[in-house]
Amino acid sequence: MAIKLEIPTALRPFTGKQASVEFEAATVGEALKRLTATYGDLQKHLYTEDGRIRSFVNIYVNDEDIRYLEKENTPIKDGDTISIVPSIAGGSK
Amino acid sequence: MPIATSTLQAEEARVLSKEEIQRYSRHLIMPEVGMEGQLKLANAKVLMIGAGGLGAPLGLYLAAAGVGRLGIVEFDNVDVTNLQRQITFTTEDVGRPKALAAQQRLSAMNPTIRIDTYRTMLTSANALDLFRDWDIVVDGTDNFPTRYLVNDACVLMNKPNVYGSIFRFEGQITVFNYKGGPCYRCLYPEPPPPGLVPSCAEGGVLGVLPGIVGSLQAMETIKLILGIGEPLVGRLLRFDALPMTFKEYRLRKNPNCPVCGEHPTINKLIDYEQFCGVRGEEAPVMTTGIPEITPRDLKARLDKGDDLYILDVREPHEVQICSLQNGHLIPLGDLPRRMAELDKSREIVAYCRSGRRSAEAVDYLQHSGFSKIWNLKGGILAWSDEVDPSVPKY
Repeated sequence: MAIKLEIPTALRPFTGKQASVEFEAATVGEALKRLTATYGDLQKHLYTEDGRIRSFVNIYVNDEDIRYLEKENTPIKDGDTISIVPSIAGGSK
Repeated sequence: MPIATSTLQAEEARVLSKEEIQRYSRHLIMPEVGMEGQLKLANAKVLMIGAGGLGAPLGLYLAAAGVGRLGIVEFDNVDVTNLQRQITFTTEDVGRPKALAAQQRLSAMNPTIRIDTYRTMLTSANALDLFRDWDIVVDGTDNFPTRYLVNDACVLMNKPNVYGSIFRFEGQITVFNYKGGPCYRCLYPEPPPPGLVPSCAEGGVLGVLPGIVGSLQAMETIKLILGIGEPLVGRLLRFDALPMTFKEYRLRKNPNCPVCGEHPTINKLIDYEQFCGVRGEEAPVMTTGIPEITPRDLKARLDKGDDLYILDVREPHEVQICSLQNGHLIPLGDLPRRMAELDKSREIVAYCRSGRRSAEAVDYLQHSGFSKIWNLKGGILAWSDEVDPSVPKY
């Protein structure tokens, strides 16, 4: 089933400027793997070198943080939206 | 301790004067505010960290609303590039300390409130002292070290932290550490390593964006003071200006949070520069070992008629602002697949805005077998400073 992934402003340069993309996937981890397989430059922004999701990148299924679900094994169903929300610090100095 | 100045007006709890009643009439006639609420505002003490893009609407609205005491922590001076978004300042303010320019502007708008200014950097050494006398802290800073410092100091001093941050077209807003709610470390346990996220100076920001996010911070601050509505606690509000969407994400308190969790390991302020990597948000300048040429030396060689290939690694929209003569544009991101356009036998000088991206380009090309290649030191900004002042700086 098609799952929508929302790409934040900071990472859009790596997805050909697209604000959202769709993939077939059954879990969050699978969707993210498809994403990074298609847009290779995202890999280092989402994952550490040993393959863990970076601690300043939050992943939500709808409005819930996957840290409080089943992390990357969180199942997803048709109509779910995965949001990638990285830490931003700007205050416009 | 920092030098503090203040426009002393408001003393302790009081009644509103006839003039104040008139001034706040549109508040007073709302049952949710009324006289009781307006006196709460008059007795409230709000400390603003930063008087930049977020601080501008925040300060204006809090002052206009009659928040009795405002503190402004800001060490910076007004720069002409600030005026695109920092609407408290005028062109005449360029070069003046932001804290003083803001104080003057806000006092002119509402002389009945007291404004204290702290022309200092917020540091681990002064934060707890600075926060002590205030009810609410509003984070309008622009870098990761200061954001973690503000967070930890708020948790240690038990102050709510009204948080807003921005990037290009996007903003994040929430209220941390309010009545046992989650803190910044619950949301993001760690900052990005330096270099992975571009700063505002690097990434740009649409001027209205901090206006919207700072206004939302002002609204949450006033709601906390009045005790009305649902504070933005345990919820991260994310605003995206391009599709014009507001989305909300659940934000939980992390029981293992090192500062606000059940067994905190951070009981005092730490070294936040170290925690975030040197210079938090900005990319590392990796010039070590990268061959460089100064703008003056480049000018001299071009004047001699030397055959140099000028490689511009900026983005196409930057070329429209200014460029060096006879430059060839290959944006940094396109370099790997367009490398064949370059001739290894020719001497190449790479440049960008500041010299950072072109240093990366030189490094990359050196590893790809280019040996006659230099980075223009300081980029086109330095070229403007040292060779041709008619080139605009951006």
